[in-house]
Amino acid sequence: MSDDFRGTPLDAEDFEKGKVLFTRDEPKAEYAWDTGVAIGRYLQELKNGRLIARNCVKCRRVMIPPRMHCEWCWRPTDDWVYVQDRGLVNTFSLCYITWDMQRLKTPEIPAVIEIEGASPGHGIMHKLGGVDPKKVKVGMKVKAVWKPAEERVGSILDILHWAPT
Amino acid sequence: MRKVAVIGAGLTKFVRRAKETAKELCWAASKAALDSAGLTLKDIDCVVHGTAPDAFDGVHMKAEYLSDGSGAWKKPYFRNYVGGGTGVYAPIHGWYHVASGMFDTCLVVCEEKMSSCQPHPQGAFLTIFDHTTERPLGPNLLWIFALEMNRYMAKHGLTLEEIAQVSVKNKRNAKDHPSAQLGADLTVDDVLKSEVLAWPVHRLMVSPTSDGAGAVILASEQVAKRLTDKPVWIEGVGWCLDSAYWTNRDLYYPKYVEYAARMAYQMAGIKDPRREIHVAEPYDPFAYKELHHLEGLLLADKGQAPKLMSEGFFDRENGQIPSCPSGGLLGVGNPIAAAGLMKICELFWQLRGEAGKRQVKNNPRKGVAQAWGDLMQVGTVVVMGR
Repeated sequence: MSDDFRGTPLDAEDFEKGKVLFTRDEPKAEYAWDTGVAIGRYLQELKNGRLIARNCVKCRRVMIPPRMHCEWCWRPTDDWVYVQDRGLVNTFSLCYITWDMQRLKTPEIPAVIEIEGASPGHGIMHKLGGVDPKKVKVGMKVKAVWKPAEERVGSILDILHWAPT
Repeated sequence: MRKVAVIGAGLTKFVRRAKETAKELCWAASKAALDSAGLTLKDIDCVVHGTAPDAFDGVHMKAEYLSDGSGAWKKPYFRNYVGGGTGVYAPIHGWYHVASGMFDTCLVVCEEKMSSCQPHPQGAFLTIFDHTTERPLGPNLLWIFALEMNRYMAKHGLTLEEIAQVSVKNKRNAKDHPSAQLGADLTVDDVLKSEVLAWPVHRLMVSPTSDGAGAVILASEQVAKRLTDKPVWIEGVGWCLDSAYWTNRDLYYPKYVEYAARMAYQMAGIKDPRREIHVAEPYDPFAYKELHHLEGLLLADKGQAPKLMSEGFFDRENGQIPSCPSGGLLGVGNPIAAAGLMKICELFWQLRGEAGKRQVKNNPRKGVAQAWGDLMQVGTVVVMGR
């Protein structure tokens, strides 16, 4: 084994006390994404207070989020199918930090929610709310809590969160 | 296809923040690998580079930028990137550069400098989520690990203690690694008392962000046999990508890792990996991931890796299949692409009997290294033997 392991560690203090030089910059990177066909309809239906999926008759699969091509058989998907705004918690977390490691007193509760009417195991990522974090369980039944109709804009955030039924 | 050997390996130290630039780290690792093989850059026919998102460095097309540090000047050069899977993917690319007959030698370099990204490199990871259906929810990267870990635990009825033992083992193993950032003697209790970041993930179950680089030298059989008495052959390679619709598949088991492993085992002529693999370096960015991947690599039945680990099956000293003898990402550190290649370096040293204090005791003849990445999506596997 080589005994040549180079690399010079620096401490936060080296920067705070100005012991080392460095350069800062913030790249400008802003985007406006088109919805595409499948997600465009998905968002439109969210605005209507409904969840919609796509069906593949060959794979016998109802998929949410919807897509225009089934990645299994790689055919165009066949039909639009309304599914329920209810489901089961497939998995969840109680998250006490933000992306930049700021602490949260009340945890966020991200979850994968298996949607009733979609194929088994087919879910979406969203957040749970209106529930004591200690009481959240895998397999728990939940229902979408929607924003009032006049406030919905066609976004995944038109669902405020999912709450136990 | 021609036989391909690893004939040299080099690493930098893995540190939270390195004074050296990414290019300087690439140079240091490449030079160490060349020195260990007794070669100079003139002997190298082509260079393969593995490095993760450009956004970490804030340098667009950073592999081209790094190429000067990686010895690629006026040579055929190839960059590849599959997130965390990159470090084991890059030597696969190097392998087919040589196996194909196109080149006799290949320098494979993997580098990551995560510290440049402010205030935290997680910022560069956030854009992995779907921009329309997921990102408005304000996710952070810990979410997906916490969701996967909880699914794995719930499916098999696992305890936090069983997960925590991975951190204890790897951080202890890392104490003997000259590159290590976080070697430590900890107890399961220490791990469970560490801060809950995103339940069930505790702070000491997470690998650190790191700066570092690694490199290996690959050579065709003819060249390898001239240069060394101890070539370590790349006997099998495999890789597989699952769907980005990650909420439509069961996260409790990494099927794509299994497919990649089966591909590599088949090529290596391995029929019963639990008997034929003597040392393993599964990918361990989080404690549960090592267990998850040991199962995907078919080295444990589904849900059984925790039990085997608590019985010492994967211990470095007396285990049947020592797992992460290096100390893994949890102990050595996690400069993404370089961390995967560190596992290839470890197998090289272990199979040559050159791992020093980390040397496993079962006289290993075959080993497997694996990495994982993208949106819980890719498995990359290399089987090496002597």
